[in-house]
Amino acid sequence: MATGTAAWLPFARAAAIGWMPVASCPMPLAPRDNSKKKDELIMLNVSGRRFQTWRTTLDRYPDTLLGSSEKDFFYNEEAKEYFFDRDPDVFRSILNFYRTGKLHYPRQECISAYDEELTFFGIIPEIIGDCCYEEYKDRKRENLERLQDDQEDNKDMKLPNMTIRETMWRAFENPHTSTMALVFYYVTGFFIAISVITNVVETVPCGATPHHKNMPCGERYTVAFFCMDTACVMIFTVEYLLRLFAAPSRYRFMRSVMSIIDVVAILPYYIGLVMSNNEDVSGAFVTLRVFRVFRIFKFSRHSQGLRILGYTLKSCASELGFLLFSLTMAIIIFATVMFYAEKGSSSSKFTSIPASFWYTIVTMTTLGYGDMVPKTIAGKIFGSICSLSGVLVIALPVPVIVSNFSRIYHQNQRADKRRAQKVQKTRQARIRIAKSGSANAFLASKHHGLLNELLELTGTEEDEQKLIRNTSLLESQHHHLLHCLEKTTAHEFVDEHMFEQNCLEEALQSYPSRSPSVSSQGSCTICCCGSRRHPDPRVPRGPLQELSALHIQSNHRQPANLHLRSNLNLRAEDGSRVNCKGGQVTTAIISLPSPPSLAPHREASPSKGIAPNWCEVRS
Amino acid sequence: MLSVIWETEGLQTVGIVLLVFASIKLLHMLGLISFSEDSIEDELELSTVRHRPEGLEQLEAQTRFSRKELQILYRGFKNECPSGVVNEDTFKEIYAQFFPQGDASTYAHFLFNAFDTDHNGSLSFEDFVMGLSILLRGTVQEKLNWAFNLYDINKDGYITKEEMLDIMKAIYDMMGKCTYPVLKEETPRQHVEVFFQKMDKNKDGVVTIDEFIDCCQNDENIMRSMHIFENVL
Repeated sequence: MATGTAAWLPFARAAAIGWMPVASCPMPLAPRDNSKKKDELIMLNVSGRRFQTWRTTLDRYPDTLLGSSEKDFFYNEEAKEYFFDRDPDVFRSILNFYRTGKLHYPRQECISAYDEELTFFGIIPEIIGDCCYEEYKDRKRENLERLQDDQEDNKDMKLPNMTIRETMWRAFENPHTSTMALVFYYVTGFFIAISVITNVVETVPCGATPHHKNMPCGERYTVAFFCMDTACVMIFTVEYLLRLFAAPSRYRFMRSVMSIIDVVAILPYYIGLVMSNNEDVSGAFVTLRVFRVFRIFKFSRHSQGLRILGYTLKSCASELGFLLFSLTMAIIIFATVMFYAEKGSSSSKFTSIPASFWYTIVTMTTLGYGDMVPKTIAGKIFGSICSLSGVLVIALPVPVIVSNFSRIYHQNQRADKRRAQKVQKTRQARIRIAKSGSANAFLASKHHGLLNELLELTGTEEDEQKLIRNTSLLESQHHHLLHCLEKTTAHEFVDEHMFEQNCLEEALQSYPSRSPSVSSQGSCTICCCGSRRHPDPRVPRGPLQELSALHIQSNHRQPANLHLRSNLNLRAEDGSRVNCKGGQVTTAIISLPSPPSLAPHREASPSKGIAPNWCEVRS
Repeated sequence: MLSVIWETEGLQTVGIVLLVFASIKLLHMLGLISFSEDSIEDELELSTVRHRPEGLEQLEAQTRFSRKELQILYRGFKNECPSGVVNEDTFKEIYAQFFPQGDASTYAHFLFNAFDTDHNGSLSFEDFVMGLSILLRGTVQEKLNWAFNLYDINKDGYITKEEMLDIMKAIYDMMGKCTYPVLKEETPRQHVEVFFQKMDKNKDGVVTIDEFIDCCQNDENIMRSMHIFENVL
């Protein structure tokens, strides 16, 4: 029951008293209304804009958010109101739905934003009123098509492990995927053009030879044309057979329009081969040659515009049908009238009604050949009415067809624009940079954290201040989370550049090196572990991880690297307790599958006298 | 020969007549000439009837509802009918929503006539609220009076068998087709017979208001059912 009429329910129940005297048995008891809630005003605060309504208004639709107890989750105790952090403009139409029972779609809103709001408030979009439903559905369909186009582009990536058949089919359908496909595409296009030109030139009169009269070129150079034709047909046959082989569903392929055109294009040749030189059927054979012109339709595989045109005509079939029907009606009417009008005049060309058809068609389409003209006054009057009405009848359905064509064409253009690789690439690249920004932030903050600790030792205040970045609470919590993950998996996050380097180094590190080796790209040759001010109860950071941290740091900031390195070196020299030689100077390797192999290196070096807050050697 | 001449002449005439008519129509469309005088009045559309009810105090005095109840009633009424009046079609639509299975239009028609006390074809808020006041807060006498008024279709003070049959059919129509036990053709008629047997004391074929009220007051079932809908508001 439409709850909009809930207001009339008391009235309907009261009117039931009219049945009482008629009834012969007692009435059932009425349900008691125990919840004697007084109708109260509810305040809804949506992003600062306050809406107020009666509670009963909201209760009309109990299966939505506002009508059920779900809104209690949004109740704000101090302000005694319900707070929703949503768009207040869209909320207007949603609240109006409760008030009037009709949901309207505001045209200036984005369709997906509107959909989201509807979903949030638990309202199904199907109840949008008739006044707005068409618009809503149209916009939704457009949006969906756009999303689908996007997805299709992504699917264009090469899938691994495709069979030959699948590769071939993909090559046929999307020529831009591989060079072979492109070559094939252009070759077939070329041969179609050749074939069509041959057909045309065949009929041109070639000039007279001494012993023959003026004859078309086709009959003069029969052999040449025959060879050309054979070549083209061979190419077309091969192409057709290849497509047939590669098609995922052969039956469906054979039924498709393009394949029928292919068959019709090459069949006349074979039929001609089979029944050659039989005079009786040569007439039919000549007719078959007409079908060779269908080869020109093969161009529609090569031209998007042709395809769109064909699709438009198909989708405007009803308009075209209407046009044809109304034209036929008008032609018959006017032809009849003209025939009877011109019956009187002598030597009139309007010999019969069908003969008048020709005049009517020529007049209505404003061609006006002039081979048939009315001579009587009545004929002229009706002739002029005929031409005027012809203009109108033809002009009416044409805009519909044109707008259809324009819509489909623009859709295709949009799809093509997005398919252009560059646009997609730059957009994806920007998105990637934004996303990796956060990953980089983590890495940067990690080594800043290390720098912090290092510099705290050196005691340079300014540097410390410089390096204390104001990372927000959110960021620091996020970094902490990533850090925990690192600890859990005993792996660390690195950026791509680093990762590739390390892959190289992995290869280089295939032989263990006990000598201090400085790898080529200025990778860290310092073994030193992270500084520790106190022997800590914290989770011991594995030496390798710290190494890798330093490694990162050194590669990220080269100048600082030198500074630090010099510092460390100084310290090392000062302290001279750190055995930074003797196997300790190894290139840090981030990929950690082999910590055990390196550990013995470490163990070899005794950790005597851990320098205060400097290098610790951990095993 | 003559027929040929006739044909051409005739067609010529037809052509000329057609032309003349077309030009007259064109001029008429352009507004340069007009044929009848009431074309101007056709321009004035029927403006929607708007109705404002009497003041709250007056309604409070005339009905047995409290101020708050009147407020609630009016808000609901105005929400459904922003123009302030209900015409019969809207009324039928609204009432039909409560009985989706059957056809409530006939009964709604009778109801409309019963509520529309001033018989002006539309139900204003005062009519609505007065009717409700009687039905919900009135005495048993008033309620029975109202019911009699409902049954008496032509408002002549007597309920005839035909009137009762119409009402009965209307009530059964609201049930629709799918009932158990299956509704038969003569069920309303039988029901009317039973009713008349009970009500028509002097067996004169009509029920007057006194017979009606007397009989109902003596019937326990009816008396009990009169109080059922009292707490509707």
